[in-house]
Amino acid sequence: MPKLTVDGIEVEVPAGSTVLQACEAAGAEVPRFCYHDRLSVAGNCRMCLVEMEKAPKPIASCAFPAGDGMVIHTKSEVARKAQKGTMEFLLINHPLDCPICDQGGECDLQDQAMAYGWHSSRYTENKRAVTDKNMGPLVKTIMTRCIHCTRCVRFSTEIAGVTDMGMLNRGENAEITTYLEKAIDSELSANVIDLCPVGALTSKPYAFVSRPWELKKTESVDVMDAVGSNIRVDARGREVLRVLPRLHEDINEEWISDKTRYACDGLKRQRLDRPYVRKDGKLQPASWPEAFAAVAERMNGLKGAEMAAIAGDTMDAEAMYALKRLMTALGSPNIDCRQDGAAIGEGPRSGWLFNTTIAGIEDADALLLVGTNPRWEAALVNARIRKRWLRGNFPIGVIGQQLDLTYDYEHLGAGTQTLAEVADGSHKFAEVLKAARKPMIVVGMGALARKDGAAVLAAARAIAENCGMIQPATRDEDGETVPGWNGFNVLHTAAARVAGLDMGFVPGKGGADVAGILDGAKAGKIKLVYLLGADEIDTTALGDAFVVYQGHHGDNGAHRADVVLPGAAYTEKDGLYVNTEGRVQEGFAAGFPLGEAREDWKILRALSEAVGHKLPFDDLAALRQALRGDHDTFAAIDTIEPAAWGEFGKAGAFDDAPFASPIGNFYMTDPISRASKTMAECTEVFVLRRQPAATGTHG
Amino acid sequence: MLKDEDRIFTNVYGWFDAGLAGARKRGDWSNTKELLSKSPEDIVEAVKASGLRGRGGAGFPTGLKWSFMPKEVKDKPHYLVVNADESEPGTCKDRDILRHEPHKLVEGCLIGGYAMRAKAAYIYVRGEFYNEAMALQKAVDEAYDAGLIGKNACGTGYDFDVYVHRGAGAYICGEETALIESLEGKKGQPRLKPPFPAGVGLYGCPTTVNNVESVAVVPTILRRGAEWFAGLGRPKNSGTKLFCISGHVNNPCNVEEELGIPLRELIDKHAGGVIGGWDNLLAVIPGGSSVPVLPKTICDDVLMDFDSLREVRSGLGTAAVIVMNKSTDIVKAIARLSYFYKHESCGQCTPCREGAGWMWRVMERMVRGEADIDEIDVLEEVTRQIEGHTICALGDAAAWPVQGLIRHFRPEMERRINARKAGKPVMPTAQAAE
Repeated sequence: MPKLTVDGIEVEVPAGSTVLQACEAAGAEVPRFCYHDRLSVAGNCRMCLVEMEKAPKPIASCAFPAGDGMVIHTKSEVARKAQKGTMEFLLINHPLDCPICDQGGECDLQDQAMAYGWHSSRYTENKRAVTDKNMGPLVKTIMTRCIHCTRCVRFSTEIAGVTDMGMLNRGENAEITTYLEKAIDSELSANVIDLCPVGALTSKPYAFVSRPWELKKTESVDVMDAVGSNIRVDARGREVLRVLPRLHEDINEEWISDKTRYACDGLKRQRLDRPYVRKDGKLQPASWPEAFAAVAERMNGLKGAEMAAIAGDTMDAEAMYALKRLMTALGSPNIDCRQDGAAIGEGPRSGWLFNTTIAGIEDADALLLVGTNPRWEAALVNARIRKRWLRGNFPIGVIGQQLDLTYDYEHLGAGTQTLAEVADGSHKFAEVLKAARKPMIVVGMGALARKDGAAVLAAARAIAENCGMIQPATRDEDGETVPGWNGFNVLHTAAARVAGLDMGFVPGKGGADVAGILDGAKAGKIKLVYLLGADEIDTTALGDAFVVYQGHHGDNGAHRADVVLPGAAYTEKDGLYVNTEGRVQEGFAAGFPLGEAREDWKILRALSEAVGHKLPFDDLAALRQALRGDHDTFAAIDTIEPAAWGEFGKAGAFDDAPFASPIGNFYMTDPISRASKTMAECTEVFVLRRQPAATGTHG
Repeated sequence: MLKDEDRIFTNVYGWFDAGLAGARKRGDWSNTKELLSKSPEDIVEAVKASGLRGRGGAGFPTGLKWSFMPKEVKDKPHYLVVNADESEPGTCKDRDILRHEPHKLVEGCLIGGYAMRAKAAYIYVRGEFYNEAMALQKAVDEAYDAGLIGKNACGTGYDFDVYVHRGAGAYICGEETALIESLEGKKGQPRLKPPFPAGVGLYGCPTTVNNVESVAVVPTILRRGAEWFAGLGRPKNSGTKLFCISGHVNNPCNVEEELGIPLRELIDKHAGGVIGGWDNLLAVIPGGSSVPVLPKTICDDVLMDFDSLREVRSGLGTAAVIVMNKSTDIVKAIARLSYFYKHESCGQCTPCREGAGWMWRVMERMVRGEADIDEIDVLEEVTRQIEGHTICALGDAAAWPVQGLIRHFRPEMERRINARKAGKPVMPTAQAAE
């Protein structure tokens, strides 16, 4: 532990720290542009120069290892002169177009120029101009503003795992570019916008939209996938203008996927802002009492078993809980939250959780991916796997499709046959897993949402048990608890799924699951289907059933509905979400629901009164109390209790069909992203591979 | 003045056979096996005792540099990298070694490599040196064929490979860590130090990067003894050195001389004197384009070695003596150097990327006198803001010529500015030759 003196304050820092970290530990502010905690050290901006006694010249504190006995001055004349000089150099070719720059107000260069800059420029020559680059539909470039810190280059190569960006030419002609005027082919590409310390890389969809100080910032949770990325929703009035990442070391670190960031413009399109009732074959606008009356009228006289409810993928836990209570009160066992028909939800909770946890991936030393494309299903889980892989000694096996996952892996096979071989130990990768200290398996919905899903689940459990992935906590000689290891993981794609399973939003005794509900509706046995934001089912298979759709977008469900009850999107309601790890997180409303739309639990509470089964809670707090009373996993926010191991899955015959990821298009997976213009552009460029024709004048 | 028997590079002019047979006649490879029978430590000690300082420009003691290498080979091999990316304007000494004395270099690689327990030597040859690289490759091939290098080199049981690698013509690749990057196939940009190459170098392995001349003189030093080499030159500036004399002299040449020879003697004896006589001398850049220029008053009695030139705030650099007589537009000459450094800056770190262009632009105006007197001070300050603030020494190299100009020729710069302000011609109109 080196001990050093910074500005007269003695600090002790962990071995391997840099001088910059030591300065921070001593509370000294050191300006920097290129340095970033999560990226490799470049040391090229030279802004963090500080004076070290006995050194002939100032040192770059971000790159210099802290050593015992160093005496550092961050505010001495030498250090100040170096920092001021660097700042002047950075500004001579920077356009100083702050008034028209989208970075204005949240610009590192602006802020640090205030603290370290000269009052005016001594540079009287012409400034450099740099041609803008095409980096795709998300990243807007004004390259004249670039200060060549290479954060974007390091992010894309190190974290996103794509070699699309780099620096061309040299000297003052150096340019950051994607080489071939192509979009950055990564699901994490837009994080370079946050990383860019100046306005060179800004958000294309958000260009010239707003200033940061005009925005109301709400800390919330993302629902575009089951990762539960922590986000900040920036809204002006009731309009959500952008979504930014929020730091959570155990989930998304400080990144978010492009869908999380940019699907928010879908919140403005295709919205359901008033109730509708189908009359004469057409959905007609109606008032809330009219809509409730239509539902109540239809429910009247129906037996419980003739009704069914399906919960959608982006629902908050409260709404699902309210619906479950209502259906129970109505006497219906036909409820399901697994729109894709995944064979999970029975047995102990560990059978449907990502037990290792996302941060836990970094401790693992062998990985088997089964029927999943983490890059598209959970881009940040994929980034963690890559982070772990970069450290080396991390064999990865894949059963399923051969895809570019941004890391090397061994493709073991396409489907159940290989899985069975690994399970019975006859496959050589089983030896790799057994030899590992902390092996893990990740089973995706591509393997579970199949007819033989239960058998796949059983085989995956067998692999976990046979290969030493389940290690209970023990005590060492001193009586200290040695934490256990659970390497069995289910990777979900739906943000609402784990909450639904945790609260038992699955068929009751004798009840039908999604497939059963669709069959029942077709056969006329199920006469009313309540879709709570459920758009991913085959709505044409609902037969003559009376369909109530509660949700926020005019998507598949609403088109088929007989009554539409307008609900709130995730940015418009407070709600609990449980991510794939089983971590309960709280999202907060950034604005009010649109028009006459209401928070979903309120709609269900009101409807319950209209159909004569009044739910026993009048506010969200009471609802949550009831929810926690029934299901104690919801009690603790943002903590993970290891789930007990047990039996789940059901051995059975396998289907020979290869595993395929359920996500065909990363950019469009739910009603919000399907309504988003930006996501449509991304689909064009990244999925359909249609490059927009270059006009020579467009960015 | 250096006696002929003390010359190391006896074929620097290419008058004799550069091949193996010719080299053997000049003494190369004569008792290499015997030299290699010493322990690596002994060789390093001998090089230390000889006082050999790096011939690439910085003048760091070579033996000391070698001693930074780990004392035993662990899981990673050691490498010797020879810097033959000679691109400093005015410098052309390594070029003559490569084409006329390649065996001195190859033998030096073997001995130096042995001293640092290296597995192989990589010789990084400047891209433009096509013929030189071919000559060197021929020498390497000859040495392999004769069993001098490769498996069981010289019959010593020591395996050592030598690879010749051609660069692509970037000046910055002569910086040792940029050279390593380039050798690894990456863009030639200097690395941050620490870690130094002796710890983490080529492919992350312990590496020493040496100039061609530093390596090529080692076999002769070991043969003739460290005391012999240390006895030449001046204390702490011992040995002989190849000087490259160019510019306004009657006989531009490369010549091997003792360190510490007076500049005037060097020019008069070997280069046939300044064109127009010594009194027609304006200034000399004594060590390649990156060191500050010296006016005639200093040139009159300055000695050509590392410390003497440092005392007059210049440097020996690569010992490339660029002589300028009074026909020279000194401001323009330095502006041209500024352009060179602006052009060759790698663009990685801020002060050099932005500052080099700034200096050049101001210098261009200074040539025409289109400036204010104050701007000379701004220019000086800009050079101070670059110097010492960059990742590698290119920033310093860009700043020093301008600093030297301002230090010694400020009156000339002011004269131009004042002339222009007064509406007079900035430069005297050319006189017709008589």
